[in-house]
Amino acid sequence: MDIEKLIKMANQIGDFFEANPDAEDAKLEIAGHLKKFWNSVMIKAIVAHVQQQQGAGLHPRVVAAIQQHVSV
Amino acid sequence: MDDIKYTPSQPNVRKYDPDKDYGTPKSESTTLVTLNIDGVDVTVPEGTSIMHAAQLGGVTVPKLCATDSLDPFGSCRLCLVEIEGRRGYPASCTTPVAPGLKVKTQTSKLADIRRGVMELYISDHPLDCLTCAANGDCELQDMAGAVGLREVRYGYEGENHLGQAKDESNPYFTFDASKCIVCSRCVRACEETQGTFALTIQGRGFDSKVSAGNKDFLDSECVSCGACVQACPTATLMEKTVIEAGTPEHKVTTTCAYCGVGCSFDAEMKGEEVVRMTPSKEGGANHGHSCVKGRFAWGYATHADRITTPMIRKSIHDPWQKVSWEEAISYAASEIQRIQARYGKDAVGGITSSRCTNEEVYVTQKLIRAVFGSNNVDTCARVCHSPTGYGLKQTLGESAGTQTFDSVMKSDVIFVMGANPTDGHPVFGSLMKRRLREGAKLIVADPRAIDLVENSPHVRADFHLNLRPGTNVALITALAHVVVTEGLVQEAFVKARCEWDSFVTWRDFVAKPENSPEALAKELGLDAELVREAARLFATGGNAAIYYGLGVTEHSQGSTTVMGIANLAMATGNVGREGVGVNPLRGQNNVQGSCDMGSMPHEFPGYRHVADDETRALFEQAWGVKLSADPGLRIPNMLDLAAEGSFKAVYCVGEDIAQSDPDTQHVTHALESMECVIVQDLFLNETAKFAHVFFPGASFLEKNGTFTNAERRISPVRKVMTPKNGMEDWEITAKFSTALGYPMHYTHASEIMDEIAALTPTFKGVSFKKLDELGSIQWPCNDEAPEGTPTMHVDEFVRGKGKFFITQYVATTERVNAKFPLILTTGRILSQYNVGAQTRRTQNVVWHAEDLIEIHPHDAEERGIQEGDWVGISSRAGQTVLRAKITERVQPGVVYTTFHHPESGANVITTDNSDWATNCPEYKVTAVQVSRVNQLSDWQKEYRTFSDTQIELTGMDPHTVVS
Repeated sequence: MDIEKLIKMANQIGDFFEANPDAEDAKLEIAGHLKKFWNSVMIKAIVAHVQQQQGAGLHPRVVAAIQQHVSV
Repeated sequence: MDDIKYTPSQPNVRKYDPDKDYGTPKSESTTLVTLNIDGVDVTVPEGTSIMHAAQLGGVTVPKLCATDSLDPFGSCRLCLVEIEGRRGYPASCTTPVAPGLKVKTQTSKLADIRRGVMELYISDHPLDCLTCAANGDCELQDMAGAVGLREVRYGYEGENHLGQAKDESNPYFTFDASKCIVCSRCVRACEETQGTFALTIQGRGFDSKVSAGNKDFLDSECVSCGACVQACPTATLMEKTVIEAGTPEHKVTTTCAYCGVGCSFDAEMKGEEVVRMTPSKEGGANHGHSCVKGRFAWGYATHADRITTPMIRKSIHDPWQKVSWEEAISYAASEIQRIQARYGKDAVGGITSSRCTNEEVYVTQKLIRAVFGSNNVDTCARVCHSPTGYGLKQTLGESAGTQTFDSVMKSDVIFVMGANPTDGHPVFGSLMKRRLREGAKLIVADPRAIDLVENSPHVRADFHLNLRPGTNVALITALAHVVVTEGLVQEAFVKARCEWDSFVTWRDFVAKPENSPEALAKELGLDAELVREAARLFATGGNAAIYYGLGVTEHSQGSTTVMGIANLAMATGNVGREGVGVNPLRGQNNVQGSCDMGSMPHEFPGYRHVADDETRALFEQAWGVKLSADPGLRIPNMLDLAAEGSFKAVYCVGEDIAQSDPDTQHVTHALESMECVIVQDLFLNETAKFAHVFFPGASFLEKNGTFTNAERRISPVRKVMTPKNGMEDWEITAKFSTALGYPMHYTHASEIMDEIAALTPTFKGVSFKKLDELGSIQWPCNDEAPEGTPTMHVDEFVRGKGKFFITQYVATTERVNAKFPLILTTGRILSQYNVGAQTRRTQNVVWHAEDLIEIHPHDAEERGIQEGDWVGISSRAGQTVLRAKITERVQPGVVYTTFHHPESGANVITTDNSDWATNCPEYKVTAVQVSRVNQLSDWQKEYRTFSDTQIELTGMDPHTVVS
């Protein structure tokens, strides 16, 4: 799936939780949102992007959320 | 004789009969009064008229100008009665009951007076009863009989009103002034019921006549809701279908298939032919009112364009082949199997529609989850109210509105945000206007001046927050800032009902200076003081209710705004009782129901996540198959993967993604890339032009099922005629499933509802039998609430404690620049419905034959654009051409259009931007440029050629098919 679209979507999710003053909680929320609403094809693609491209284009908090809380 | 008791707690002995006209409205008082009418003691609520009380006591008082949907008027002088100890002959419609009154409704003196009155009426009325369209259904005729009129001493030769020209301008009803008795029922219905005030009584005395503002009906302010026709006691205002076909011989109560109000209608029939649809007085959502769509625009169901034979083809460039149902279903099944064998089970999916019944949606998602073997099912709520489902579930705990429509009658402050009730939800719009005329305050947040702002008689918004499109979150946060920083929070409510920690975090966030109206004024394009005043009114004005629509949801931050709305309602204590609440106005009839029924890819029926082991086990046991825990693809994901080549087949039931989804060229490219597109619909809709299998669907008049409206009201849809396509839609899906090796053995839609009830806690108590008994049911309906739940979250929120969420404003990436300096936003119009497939096939096109682009005079002048000019509209997604309408309804910098006609290509210009949480498209904000042009866009020319070819491939003539 077009990784640019997924990056944009993931960053939008990150934007919503950015305002959460509790960074750890925000990362859990971002990861939880991805797991709850994204199909495994999309999850695999974004995880691969984080692993192989260091999450280029993704906001740091989103990268951290995926690294810490999302597995394939 | 038995005494008649009528109390709220103890229903009257003589059962309330909805078919009876009680003459004046029911009193809501709980104080009871006993009086004696014609020798019988009758106990009724205080404030009841003598006429109404008499009817409850089984005594019919003659009447002409009274009807129980309207306030009493006292003009016809037929309903006079005698009251012991009082002088004269008071009109029973305008005289309220009092304790101990002794009333006589029939005396020889009263008989004389009534006969005299009728004699005068009849001396100026055509005596063509036998050939009159109202013959057998005429109150004047009935009253002449009731009073025993035998002769008219004045003759018929004197000055009269006979022989006047009929006004036949309205496509659905005629106005025959010769038959008018000037009872004012139509005028009052237009005022009280509809709130349009299009009709008046012109002239005085003998010259009095009903007038649509000195114009014919079509050119007048009339919105053709039918309230006047309904109220007319004679043949003066009469449906053209009745004039043509004669009076109906039976009727069946069913539910309208248009908007999210979900009005109850009586389909009045002659055999299997509908003669007219009349709004049902007992309808919980509409109480006997209707709009032009539900009342009149049902002719599409028998339109010549309907396809009633299944069709298949290998390629979308081949002619369609008409085949038997067996062959079509078996071909579709073999294609799904072939594609899954070759590309994997996840390469196929399905899309349901808010135009489907609950039962159809349920079996479709079951087919996809249990038989296709994935959760790749989505529904058109994706593109309208998915943010509502998400946002309200997060904050309140249930993906649904909190109130009944009637609740608005107890509101003191009404906040309408991104909704246009008088166009999009007209019958509810009328109810809201009634409350506003009673004095409720109104706040409208909309970039455009909707009719409620200042274009509805006797209604004016106290505040019109005409914010810039795309800044809803900034507004809702700024309003919250005022509530928090000015000490207007209802802390007792918050402490008792909400998660305190989440409140504190939210409070600290909204209180930040950068969230003040002053800091956000520039972004919003609003005066900060106006925002402050509106917030104060909302927080302190009494019961405050929020009504919102797609102007809230269809944004990149749609879900954030929904949560912001819930935050605001909780912080001000406006949830959990009548008159308040969070009320999403659902665009289509069954948006709520199709979401309830599990057509979102991550949820089973009843909003339970597919990864929840307990729920999945429940469905696995009931359905006898292993189910996937992986959330399925949403519509835009399906389309993206189709365009990339890995998603190959879709079963699309009642939905038209090629017209209604954004970025049309991306959608059609995705459809062209699939190997098997199966469309089930009434017509060759835009998506069907890209299909390989066409399953002809049944109209709402041809099937049984239920719809669930915006107030969670489940209402029955009843079959009044044999399906022209041979099968109800759920049967088609069940047979398709059977052909795929998973037999579905339902014999009636009620059995599907029984299965839904068995598997869904909020539907536990719902059955067709109970719907027959109660008329309609608002879910949750279970052991605790066996007759349903009108108001939600009364003692506690569904999620336990309400949760506040931080709503950080993030500007959309769809920004204006030098190339695209204007913002396009979209909306609806009263006479047309959604993609228009239904309403364009009715005479409603007389009100809206094409979509127009609204431009502010300033922007038009700058570009040399004049009224009616062809205007090219370009965005980064595409270009289309529409005719210009120059109006100050839109603000400078904003243009607006509707999307009811496919060739308009409104979605050629909308982009793939979407809501962060749900992927709901950002239809409401597209940066565009507009300029004068002299021809259609390339897309429109290509569309015309493609569409004509596709129609020809069915064997139909593109010149006669409506597009």
